[in-house]
Amino acid sequence: MLSVIIFLPLVGAVLVALLPRSATAAMRIAALVFSLATFALSVALLIGFNNAQSGYQYVESVDWIKTYGIGYKLGMDGISIWLVMLTTVIFPIAILSSTEAIRDRQKEYYALVLLMETATLGVFLALDMFLFYVFWEFALVPMYFIIGMWGGEKRIYATMKFFVYTMAGSLLMLLAILYVGFSGGTFDLTALVAKNSAWAASVPLFLAFAIAFVIKVPLFPFHSWLPDAHTEAPTPGSVILAAVLLKMGAYGLIRFNLALFPEASRLFAPLMMILAVIGILYGAIVAFAQTDAKRLVAYSSVSHMGYIVLGIFSMNALGLQGALLQMVNHGISTGGLFLIVGYLYERRHTREMARFGGIWGKMPLYGTLALLFVLSSVGLPALNGFVGEFVILQGAFQANWVWAAFASLGMILSAVYLLTFYQKIFLGESRDTANDGLRDVNTREVVTVVPLLVLALVIGLYSLPFFSAMGASVTNLLTVAGLAVK
Amino acid sequence: MQLLVILPILFPLVGLLINAFFGKHMSEGLIGGLASSMVGLSFLVSAWLLFTSGGGPGIVDLSIPWIKVGTLDVPFGFLIDQLSLTMMLIVTGVGGLIHIYSIGYMHGDPRFQRFFVYMNLFIASMLVLVMADSFLLMFVGWELVGLCSYLLIGFWFSNIHNAEAGRKAFVVNRIGDVGFILGILLIFVTFGTLTFPDVFAKVQAMNAVNAPVVVAITLLLFVGATGKSAQIPLFVWLPDAMAGPTPVSALIHAATMVTAGIYMMTRAHVLYVAAPDTQTVVALVGALTAFLAGSVALTQFDIKKVLAYSTISQLGFMVAAAGMGAYVSSVFHLATHAFFKALLFLAAGSVIHGMEHLSKGEEESERSGAPGPHKAPAPAHSGEHTVDPQDMRNMGGLRTRMPLTFVVYCIGGLALAGMPPFAGFWSKDEIVSAALARNPLVFGLLAISAIFTAFYIGRQLVMVFFGKPRSEEAAHAVESGSAMTVPLVFLAVFATIAGILNLPGLDSLSHWLVPVVGQAAEALPFNIGVATLFTVLALVMLYGAWALYRSAYVKAGDADPLTRLGGLYTFLLRAWFVDWFFQNVIVKLFYAGSTFLARVLDIGGIDGTVNGVGIMVRDVSASLRKVQTGLVRSYGLMMLLGVVLVVAYFVLSASMR
Amino acid sequence: MNTVAPFVLLSAILFTIGVIGVLLRRNAIMIFMSIELMLNSANLAFVAFSNQWGKLDGQLIVFFVMAVAATEVAVGLALIVTIFHTKKSTDVDDLSQMKG
Repeated sequence: MLSVIIFLPLVGAVLVALLPRSATAAMRIAALVFSLATFALSVALLIGFNNAQSGYQYVESVDWIKTYGIGYKLGMDGISIWLVMLTTVIFPIAILSSTEAIRDRQKEYYALVLLMETATLGVFLALDMFLFYVFWEFALVPMYFIIGMWGGEKRIYATMKFFVYTMAGSLLMLLAILYVGFSGGTFDLTALVAKNSAWAASVPLFLAFAIAFVIKVPLFPFHSWLPDAHTEAPTPGSVILAAVLLKMGAYGLIRFNLALFPEASRLFAPLMMILAVIGILYGAIVAFAQTDAKRLVAYSSVSHMGYIVLGIFSMNALGLQGALLQMVNHGISTGGLFLIVGYLYERRHTREMARFGGIWGKMPLYGTLALLFVLSSVGLPALNGFVGEFVILQGAFQANWVWAAFASLGMILSAVYLLTFYQKIFLGESRDTANDGLRDVNTREVVTVVPLLVLALVIGLYSLPFFSAMGASVTNLLTVAGLAVK
Repeated sequence: MQLLVILPILFPLVGLLINAFFGKHMSEGLIGGLASSMVGLSFLVSAWLLFTSGGGPGIVDLSIPWIKVGTLDVPFGFLIDQLSLTMMLIVTGVGGLIHIYSIGYMHGDPRFQRFFVYMNLFIASMLVLVMADSFLLMFVGWELVGLCSYLLIGFWFSNIHNAEAGRKAFVVNRIGDVGFILGILLIFVTFGTLTFPDVFAKVQAMNAVNAPVVVAITLLLFVGATGKSAQIPLFVWLPDAMAGPTPVSALIHAATMVTAGIYMMTRAHVLYVAAPDTQTVVALVGALTAFLAGSVALTQFDIKKVLAYSTISQLGFMVAAAGMGAYVSSVFHLATHAFFKALLFLAAGSVIHGMEHLSKGEEESERSGAPGPHKAPAPAHSGEHTVDPQDMRNMGGLRTRMPLTFVVYCIGGLALAGMPPFAGFWSKDEIVSAALARNPLVFGLLAISAIFTAFYIGRQLVMVFFGKPRSEEAAHAVESGSAMTVPLVFLAVFATIAGILNLPGLDSLSHWLVPVVGQAAEALPFNIGVATLFTVLALVMLYGAWALYRSAYVKAGDADPLTRLGGLYTFLLRAWFVDWFFQNVIVKLFYAGSTFLARVLDIGGIDGTVNGVGIMVRDVSASLRKVQTGLVRSYGLMMLLGVVLVVAYFVLSASMR
Repeated sequence: MNTVAPFVLLSAILFTIGVIGVLLRRNAIMIFMSIELMLNSANLAFVAFSNQWGKLDGQLIVFFVMAVAATEVAVGLALIVTIFHTKKSTDVDDLSQMKG
């Protein structure tokens, strides 16, 4: 089942690649159909998922390189379930939003996006460290091409930076994986966690994993690839990058750092929390100074991902569950904001906020949709962001109230920069005649954002199913790791 | 029964959904009528709850979990008791009247539909705030009313000043909200629950063990109250909030939303009573705010700015009362203030509407051109169409042009000044008496503020309604239509008689609220001395205002009599430079810091380091590549040397053996 | 002095000549011939030692070397001819496109 879900997009990619170059409409449809089919399968997984069970479900295990204890092992638990769902939701939306943004070499594009989905799903579902690493690196390649081929002016610079930066982190992780795998006798993650062995070299191992993951997250001060990559990427690329790729890092922190090295995690938790808090405040303050709308949203990602790391290294049930929910929330609200900014860019071919103004009057529906995403990102109660942020802050407060207090200042700052963003683009009077006669969002564009808004509202008003699906697994992770369960 | 309790929230929600999705095809009357009747229905249900269940059904848990993680369990639960019923009635009652008024006021606005969607959202959010049974759910309403405030202040967003004012309101409120949320975090860590009864039940025990934590919680919650209820130092947003349409100023920024802080402290009185240190702080901040805002209101020219500072001042009274434990007086004043201040704002709206009559063609642009913060006084000979319809210096003599508005304005003004038998007299008297008994410093500040109050409202009445018209607009002003005047009359009636809610001797509100706030919080016996003294003082100040302003303004550009105060006048006109300090010090520092971080530290420092590493690698490899000469023979030589070295190694190691 | 020594000596001399030729000559063909000389000096040593120990291994290797040398000549000369066609020169110092 999990294999099917992982490799269905790959099949789609092959199919798209086989289509004649002129059949662009067929490519779009094929990509959409395959991504939707993947989504449908993931819904089936969700329905069959047993909330009460703390271990992995739908496990598939086949020997791969037996000599070294490497296997092809997949499984899903409460920690990965919502990330898988997020991935399968985001990809159809990204594909649907590509129609305007991607005009040339569509065959390569849609094939790469589908490859990307296979890789990211693989990351979230792999239970073997070696397999995880394969998917992890594999995920890098399509994004490299998506930014490099369909990006903006400085795309080569941005994509090189993105690739080299994250690759540098991954190499450390590869070393750590090999060390753990060979000294532990197996690459099977569940077996390694169950052994609960205190690694002699747990501190350097923790660091090797952590650096790879925090670069991906990205945690301050490893964030500088993100604004460039986001700004240069085409709209759907930014959406996927923000909504799914960044989550791989946060997911890794939970799956590897917390689960494998609880002692080292406890040692480094204060440092990670401090960096997270700095990231929250720093990202917000720097976002405020941006003039490019997309860069602003990119820095807001740095700020929001800070909350997630803060929650993870609170190392209690509230913080961890809040962080997991916030990953989904961030995917929804930041993904939505990138779509919003992208649609404006497609009309005006600029992202300079100074060139807009008064857009709400000219595009009423668009303005309203944008406002909802802004509010979701601000963390307004009754929308998704608040639930995640509050639970994280509550968890962080239990762990260390000082950092929670500083982190809560991010709530003020997010209002400052996001409302400034909204005001500069949507309120006041138009500062450029080119804004006259802009057409409002069309049906396709509305269809791409409405599912995200619905999810935002559902999570904001009824978060129970989200939390209850992850509860058992999180508790189990904390218990096995011997961390405080509160 | 359970469903009935949430009906007041559901009605406005239904109204806003219908208006939002189908409003495009509906007429103005239908949209406004639907929105108003939904609020009216909420009022009826609240009233029905009041009469059937007496004290209210108490906790109504809908058993729909909202957030449930581990031990953190916050359901959608509502607490309907005497206090929340009082608030529900005020919110839906005043809110309903203002909805009706808005149908007339907003007539012809291109975004009429949107206005009523926001207004209904506000009523629903405010009801969530007052009906919530836990701190977190209360916070939901707390933030949502802030959102409505943001949207409605910036309703005419094509003027950037309005948008700016909305953003300022939201951000300043957010500062307070962070205090609130930290308070909530601390409450959960301390008590392990967020539901009101559960928390309150544990306060005594916790206070015995760890008193400082209760002080910390109450102080943090109070930070939230200073934001929402516009207390020092976070009051700066409220004067700017007047950029919104006048009904919004009346409903949100005078009658209901701004009183949320007082409601919250009353609701959490168990905590506050357990923390006397906090109480002192609260009382002093309230009294200082009353004093500061009252003094500033003396010098303002914008008809709505005067009322805005007056609102801040009156909120200071309520907060001071709450700080002294006089919760009943606080809620009493909240209720009477809701009536007379809503009345004053709506009447002011009627005045503005009348002033705009002449330039009807430019109505929208004029109205949306509401002055930004601390607009410079208008030039002496203002051109015909640049007349600011909100500047009192341009008015005068309106009592003959707008008789009904004049009458209701006087009623509101007298109630605000604290003249018997109007509503404000009774409630203010209770607060001042409580202060006299409990805290002389607070009493002094409140007494001076009360004197200020009478003076500035007297000044306003004289400037607006007496003398001769000082502009074409004032000379041609006309009375507003019935959709606007009927609510005015209703509110005027309430502003007159609302004192019976808690008349001395009857003390109905006191008895009514006893189950919630306890005997101790009841009002003190009527103090005839205080009442007489303040009535006389108010009369004197009203007369003083009349004497000073009756002939002070002949034309719009004349100097205000108070300019004789010199530097003090400027100090008051600029609102003690508090806002100036925020704008020019804190905001500027933030701008500078943000630019520094973004341009210097981020691009130069962090990104520079990353790129620096890249450049370093490139440079090193650039020097290493020189080794590749491209000449076959030099490669050959290298090979030979290599072979010689290897052979030499083997030979030598063999010979060493 | 045993029987193998003169052959080895000759082989060493030939090899040295080859090395010096590779290092000093600039004409690609001459370098090529020098390499051939080195290969054949090695062959000579192989044959000599093979004779000395009475084993056929050395002889066998010589055949391999000759086969390799033949293919090398075929490929190498073809390359040189092509280079001469484009560059009008067989001077290896002119062929420095691989310079870093």
